[in-house]
Amino acid sequence: MSLLSLDGVSRVYQTRRGMFGRPIPVRAVDHVSLSVAPGRTLGIVGESGCGKSTTGRVALGIERPSEGEVRFEGAAMPSPGTPDWRRMRARLQLVPQDPLGAMDRRLTVATQVEEPLEIHGIGDKSDRRDRVQALLRDVGLRADLAERHPHELSGGQRQRAVLARALATDPALLVCDEPVSALDVSIQAQVINMLTDLQAARGIAMLFISHDLKVVRQISHEVAVMYLGRIVEQGDPEAIFADPLHPYSRALVSAIPVPGPRRIERVVLTGDPPNPADRPSGCAFHPRCPVAIAECAISNPPLQPTADGRLVACHLVGGIA
Amino acid sequence: MTIAPLVSIRDLRVAFHGLPALRGIDLDVMPGEAVGLVGESGCGKSVTWLAALGLLPATAVVTGSVKLDGTELLGAAPAVLDRVRGGRVAMIFQDPASALNPVKRVGGQVAEALALHRGMTGAAANAEVLRLFDQVGIPDARRRVHIYPHEMSGGQNQRVMIAMALAGQPELLVADEPTTALDATIQAQILDLLRRLQQETGMALVLISHDLGVVAEMCRRVCVMYAGRIVEQAPSDTLFADPRHPYTRGLLAALPDMVGPRRRLEAIPGGVPEPWNMPPGCAFAPRCGHATAECDAAIPGFSSVGPDHEAACIHLESAMAPA
Repeated sequence: MSLLSLDGVSRVYQTRRGMFGRPIPVRAVDHVSLSVAPGRTLGIVGESGCGKSTTGRVALGIERPSEGEVRFEGAAMPSPGTPDWRRMRARLQLVPQDPLGAMDRRLTVATQVEEPLEIHGIGDKSDRRDRVQALLRDVGLRADLAERHPHELSGGQRQRAVLARALATDPALLVCDEPVSALDVSIQAQVINMLTDLQAARGIAMLFISHDLKVVRQISHEVAVMYLGRIVEQGDPEAIFADPLHPYSRALVSAIPVPGPRRIERVVLTGDPPNPADRPSGCAFHPRCPVAIAECAISNPPLQPTADGRLVACHLVGGIA
Repeated sequence: MTIAPLVSIRDLRVAFHGLPALRGIDLDVMPGEAVGLVGESGCGKSVTWLAALGLLPATAVVTGSVKLDGTELLGAAPAVLDRVRGGRVAMIFQDPASALNPVKRVGGQVAEALALHRGMTGAAANAEVLRLFDQVGIPDARRRVHIYPHEMSGGQNQRVMIAMALAGQPELLVADEPTTALDATIQAQILDLLRRLQQETGMALVLISHDLGVVAEMCRRVCVMYAGRIVEQAPSDTLFADPRHPYTRGLLAALPDMVGPRRRLEAIPGGVPEPWNMPPGCAFAPRCGHATAECDAAIPGFSSVGPDHEAACIHLESAMAPA
């Protein structure tokens, strides 16, 4: 039973070239299907513009899909702004990359952590104060930091404060969009460990969006690699990062600089990722793919299961059939 | 015989408004060598080179010595520094888009560097710009020299910055987080390019990065910095296989692996000390599992722990045992 599911979801934006150009549809997310089980973490990796953050926004119900359906706790996502939607938003929270940008600089940490409790009408005043203290303790913030303002905290402390706020309504799912990318390595490890511990203690599911493959491998039970709005490979993180099957995943994994000997020979891709408004025909990766064949320019390969149980969208990777 | 270092930094100290940012750096860069500086935000890895090249604001108090081929750069006349910066020593930064002029064509910006440092103008300069664009791997150079920075991707803009840095035929390129703002596959392209250029031109490279993996791949020698000082330096293979300083060991243990079984990360507790609250002795002591009262007595000096391998810790023996 999945907690969150996206079924054939697309998100199309209208853009135009120049001030008077014709409107062009840009498919930021294109036929993405995925599901997150309770208490599990699905990692989404990919480069800028691959649609991973848009997928997160659609999953949160902040954006409506142009096509397809989002279901949460067994029901279709209600329309934004409705009472049902508000109720559901308490169960689904965002942990953003930039905590300073996500906090109100004029309010103390305690006030901000309390705000979601007020909005959703949880508890009375003294009850809320106790809950705020417990939340701050859960994310490892000293009690004396509660009365500080965001600029008086370090980057790691701010990220903890934002996390406490996200946890206030006791959500079933956290959408974490690059939550540790702005942190230094030693602090990043503290926050990753804390997320893992909170998941174990509270049974929270996570959609963990990041460009950092090492972090995603550390935290995810399952991982999806996105390229230009589509999932190109999905499955067990250890299997995918040890032996990526899709040529794009292979290039991405091999591009990660690691101390010590590398296991996968580096594939340096030529060119930049294409503009989503100008999607190549067939498989969107074929112009940069080192092993593309004629078929790749013509038809888009579907995401198919392979022998070891993962899903891959490539003409050159044999499915089970 | 001994080769003289290209750049020799001695006891370099920087303070902003009376607060220390750099607390005594000694560093030599040999001709043609690739040296990495790693450390977390605020450790002073960028400030070291901004101070060395006289690029810090007047409010910074800089002391010590920075010699380029025996010539002192600290407090040197502007005319001397102008010949060095962009000429003998070039620097590239994390965000190429903000380092380039948004209202000038990219080719013209590279030509400006050629006029300034090599006195080239007209057809000769144009031909050289095309050659540099080719060298840094910008396809369709003839057309691309006429476009503006916003018409190029981040990776292409970084290539333009590198072309501009090469225009002065530098003996040393200081690259400050050159790939941090780029996507993984583009980062791989730029690192490849820097490696190839270093081989082709024989220039030395100082790579400043927070990413241990990037430094491990690019540099023969690595210096690890913490709170304004170098705490360990070694050949990169040695450093990653056999780190000695508790901070270096902590950094490597905090980094998730790409291979092998997943393990719980060993986070370093606490945070970097604030400049106004510097511990009296070893700056890492408050976060260190091996710290004793002696660590607060004095700032530890370097001890040799192997060939070209030094670490600044008084508990190197016990630090090797599991905490």
